[in-house]
Amino acid sequence: MSTTATLLRGPRGGVLALETIGAWLLALLWILPLVYAFWTAFHPSEFSTRFVLSAPWTLDNFVKAWHAAPFARYFVNTVALVTMILAAQLVLVTLAAYAFARFDFPGRGVLFALVLVQLMVMPDVLIVENYRTMTFLGLKDTLLAIGLPYMASAFGIFLLRQTFKTVPHELDEAARVEGCGPLATLWKVYVPLARPTYIAYALVSISYHWNNFLWPLIITNSPESRPVTVGLQVFSATDQGIDWSIITAATLLSVAPLLVAFLLFQRQFVQSFMRAGIR
Amino acid sequence: MMQTRTWITAWLLLLPAMALLALFTHYPAIANLFHSFYSTPKGARPVVFIGLDNYRNLVEDPIFWQALRNNLIYAVGTIPLSIALALLMAVWVNGRIAGKGFLRLAYFTPTILPMIAVANIWLFFYTPEYGLIEQVSRSLGFPSHNWLGSQSTALLCVMIVAVWKEAGFFMIFYLAALQSMSPNLAEAAAIEGASRWYYFRRVTFPLLMPVTLFVLVNAVINAFRVVDHIVVMTRGGPDNATELLLYYIYEIGFRFWDSAYAAALTMVLLVLLGLAALAQFAFLERRTHYR
Repeated sequence: MSTTATLLRGPRGGVLALETIGAWLLALLWILPLVYAFWTAFHPSEFSTRFVLSAPWTLDNFVKAWHAAPFARYFVNTVALVTMILAAQLVLVTLAAYAFARFDFPGRGVLFALVLVQLMVMPDVLIVENYRTMTFLGLKDTLLAIGLPYMASAFGIFLLRQTFKTVPHELDEAARVEGCGPLATLWKVYVPLARPTYIAYALVSISYHWNNFLWPLIITNSPESRPVTVGLQVFSATDQGIDWSIITAATLLSVAPLLVAFLLFQRQFVQSFMRAGIR
Repeated sequence: MMQTRTWITAWLLLLPAMALLALFTHYPAIANLFHSFYSTPKGARPVVFIGLDNYRNLVEDPIFWQALRNNLIYAVGTIPLSIALALLMAVWVNGRIAGKGFLRLAYFTPTILPMIAVANIWLFFYTPEYGLIEQVSRSLGFPSHNWLGSQSTALLCVMIVAVWKEAGFFMIFYLAALQSMSPNLAEAAAIEGASRWYYFRRVTFPLLMPVTLFVLVNAVINAFRVVDHIVVMTRGGPDNATELLLYYIYEIGFRFWDSAYAAALTMVLLVLLGLAALAQFAFLERRTHYR
């Protein structure tokens, strides 16, 4: 695509240089909070606002943070939560998307509209009623309660339905001729062809639920069910004597798995978000 | 017979997803309306039908109005700025600028991180006395200022965090669209001798209109949906200066445990989101009309 810029008249050298400087300044501004967090977390607290090259490096803050709160447990919870939600989503979304993409049945339009309602009225907003429901079901303060409202995902159904619609009918028919029932056809023809969509959806879902905060905060009240986002908030809100070095260390700790995964699979992540955006 | 079997298969395929959607999206939305006409159960006092009393309280509640006003300022202040920045970022990263890979990474990283975690870092930036902003402004000779602690700047501070968090996310959608744009257009424009700015204004920007509208709808939803940074940074304070609608619902519902009044407040939020949905629907109609 660099041809686009070269073909058109300009930018003259000066303008391009200015734009480059602007782009880099903005980028530096954008990662400044992270760089700063790194500095504070890896140095003794007396250097948390003094930027001298001779400042000694240390891992103390991480050790202290790790021992000050049950972060190991929080991580286990988050991983279990994210895995549970994603597994349920993949099954439910696949079945529903298949029905909407390839079946003709009474009520299809109405049901699809009912699915799309969730794109606007998200579980994030229905906290009061969902809390009531969870209390009624006796699920309060469990991982299942955090995950349940998100398992039937309208976004996923919509995304996958679009993909399934592009599968050629001939493949579908060939599978039927071979004697495959609807579920076997779905599994052997549709699911393999939709792989890129699945990866895109999975990455978006994982980062969404790893980061989700308000609903887990409301529905949990013990370390046994808290995900890492809530754990971090409980940790930094309870009086730590405002030791910022430890709080930033805990902050980095809690984002580390996602950040490392993102840096390793950057291209994959960006492309997934792109794919998920073009519906 | 054959047809009936197809129908039943389709319905069975839909059953699990529809059941969960009904339980956690449709039912709560309707139950919320229902509960907003009743009183909150307190101790031995039973729930009674009180008609529009919750809504009457709402109209007379100055904090509600302030939350609504704050939320509108928040939306109007963050949405255009983050969309403009997103577009600028996308054009830069799509062009022939040096270090594209790094730039894209830097712009996008805030999107991946939990709002709750980055809000902690920003909180430190804004801290009086030893926060980074204080240090810089003091070295430049400005008087000390409590950024999050004063009513005049607190909302601005949380808005900056929101723009920082969202611009990179929206950039991705613009970038995807720019990359799928035909190079023929640029060639034709080059033959006509069009300048880069002219090309952007007359060709690129109009072609990006569907993306802009998609991003806009998402931005509006997020402006009413994300309050994690409020929980960390200000708790709606000082003196309700950063009270946003959903955060107010959270406070009423889960700190004062007035679920009936919270239900009435939620209805306002649902109506606002419904209006956003209608706007998107109207736009989709128009777009299909074009095709």
